[in-house]
Amino acid sequence: MSEEKIRSKTPMVPYPSGAIVPERDLGSIPVLECSHLGIEFGGLKAVDDFNVIMGKTEIAGLIGPNGAGKTTIFNLLTKVYQPTHGTMALEGRDMGSMTTVDVNKAGIARTFQNIRLFGNMSVEENVRIGLHNQIRCGMFSGILRLPKYWKTEKAQHEKAMELLNIFDMADLADHRAGSLPYGAQRRLEIVRALATHPKLLLLDEPAAGMNPKETEELMENILRIRDRFQIAVLLIEHDMNLVMGICEDICVLNFGRIIAKGTPEEIQRNPAVIEAYLGKQKTTEETESKSSSGWKDMHERKTTEEAKA
Amino acid sequence: MKTKKARLITNLVTYGVLTALFILLTVMIDNKTISRSLKGQLIPICCWIVMAVSLNLVVGISGELSLGHAGFMSLGAFSGIVSSGWLLNGFGMEDPTLRLVLAIVVGGVVAGVMGALIGIPVLRLRGDYLAIVTLAFGEIIKNVMNCVYVAVDGSALRFGFLKNDLPGTLLLNGPMGAVKVKAISTFAAGFVLVIFTLAVVLNLTNSRSGRAIMAARDNRIAAEAMGINITKYKMMAFVTAAVLAGMAGALYGLSMATLVPTKFSFNESINVLVFVVLGGIGNIPGSVISAAALTILPERLRFLQNSRMLAYAVLLILAMLLSNNPLMKSLWKKLIPRRREARSGEGEMRS
Repeated sequence: MSEEKIRSKTPMVPYPSGAIVPERDLGSIPVLECSHLGIEFGGLKAVDDFNVIMGKTEIAGLIGPNGAGKTTIFNLLTKVYQPTHGTMALEGRDMGSMTTVDVNKAGIARTFQNIRLFGNMSVEENVRIGLHNQIRCGMFSGILRLPKYWKTEKAQHEKAMELLNIFDMADLADHRAGSLPYGAQRRLEIVRALATHPKLLLLDEPAAGMNPKETEELMENILRIRDRFQIAVLLIEHDMNLVMGICEDICVLNFGRIIAKGTPEEIQRNPAVIEAYLGKQKTTEETESKSSSGWKDMHERKTTEEAKA
Repeated sequence: MKTKKARLITNLVTYGVLTALFILLTVMIDNKTISRSLKGQLIPICCWIVMAVSLNLVVGISGELSLGHAGFMSLGAFSGIVSSGWLLNGFGMEDPTLRLVLAIVVGGVVAGVMGALIGIPVLRLRGDYLAIVTLAFGEIIKNVMNCVYVAVDGSALRFGFLKNDLPGTLLLNGPMGAVKVKAISTFAAGFVLVIFTLAVVLNLTNSRSGRAIMAARDNRIAAEAMGINITKYKMMAFVTAAVLAGMAGALYGLSMATLVPTKFSFNESINVLVFVVLGGIGNIPGSVISAAALTILPERLRFLQNSRMLAYAVLLILAMLLSNNPLMKSLWKKLIPRRREARSGEGEMRS
């Protein structure tokens, strides 16, 4: 992997309302704009006042301790949950009335933290399901095997192979998706999401369960698909090498609120972030009581989220 | 895992075996070497195969439990009988083949429209609601059919809930059902319907729509995130199954001299579900075999007289136990080496 390619990023420039976007994206409409986005689960604010602006080809990271509300934000963006506050817009289009299906059709694709592949189908079929709205063929053409069926099946096969090739998975096309190793399943989820032809790709812990070598390859691949398809990527990740390596803009969450935003360099120096991850320097007693209550709080938060899900 | 090629071979074998059986049975009928009881059962067997395969589309491929499949069959049967009688008495159409085809089409359309009406509100719900509503639907159809009178007067159809005020020839006679039906169903028509059903279901499964149906079954959230409209594809499977059940009903209704509405009770729905479960949920050739076997079995057990149904139940339980027995499974694996290879392949992938 070329170290330079990853480190040499476009300079980030300020954008109205205090956000930053890559210089190259200044000319185009931001792909995602969230303002004061929030959701309450029975009085508990799982996400509160979430503001973000993403450039057309920006790679942004969403980090934070467990239970900070990162996946909840993905669920809000894909309308698995309905936000109780705020607005979101995809390339200037308001997403308020969209359903999960509409959101995908409009151009947001996602992967899942707990892999949600169609385990009993083959790798290729999984990608073909991603192509569902890209290469279409009606029910009757399918049943009657009209020429359109053969044409679209061929087109789907070719497109699926092309996408699988990006991740060197073409030779696995006939394998059962559920039988793949963990890392390959994560890659397949990315391919499947890419197949829906997104403008914004949401990756939920793409490197979880990958070894360092696979993670390096993943970083390179994320950059490659960004360049090739000209899409924006928002990723949740705990692997700081990956986040600091490829993200141009990082947003740190804790207890559902943004505690810091900025470039990787700024984030690494930010005292609020260091505190959220490592805790404040205090006397032993204080640390203990604080951390135990913090744990409890976080635990409760997580269980409510899970119960809701 | 089933690769595309293996799937194609299975499908071709299914069509091939059925065609061979059809030819064999036709020859046997011509030579009169077939027993009377089996000959009388050939058309019902075709009907139950269609019922089992179509229910498997809902239960196995789409993953929704439907307990009112006999309701669709009932609708198809009675609308088929009415349309056939109407064509004969009202328009003097004598050609039985044409009447049968039209009756089957009408049966399919009526059942399909009803399936869509039921499906629109219910398929938006999750879990067991569909099972409960379809169960109720089956009972409602049975009870409504129990008090519908239809007569053909000249070339007009007259409907009523009271017998007395209907002029003309009576086609449906309330609780007495259809009487003096001219049996026009043929074994060949049954065979064509079975092949048609298999083609519809198997082709659907291997198409874009079928993949969407299975995606919605396997992981609802992921399917929605891939832009698949879950309700639309659940509907597609449900309505297709209803149409096929209606067609089977029309064929069934026109193979009997009399047919009472109470024939299509909850028991029949469960019976079809038994075919599906025994043949394997999602396994289409399995449904064909189990529907045929379980239609013949009760007749073969007639020599047991009163304990016939008891023996039927015991045989069912034994079949379930044996097909799920680890000892039997390992025996199957030894008999079919291809499966073992696929397994070791998976093992390598994991390590």
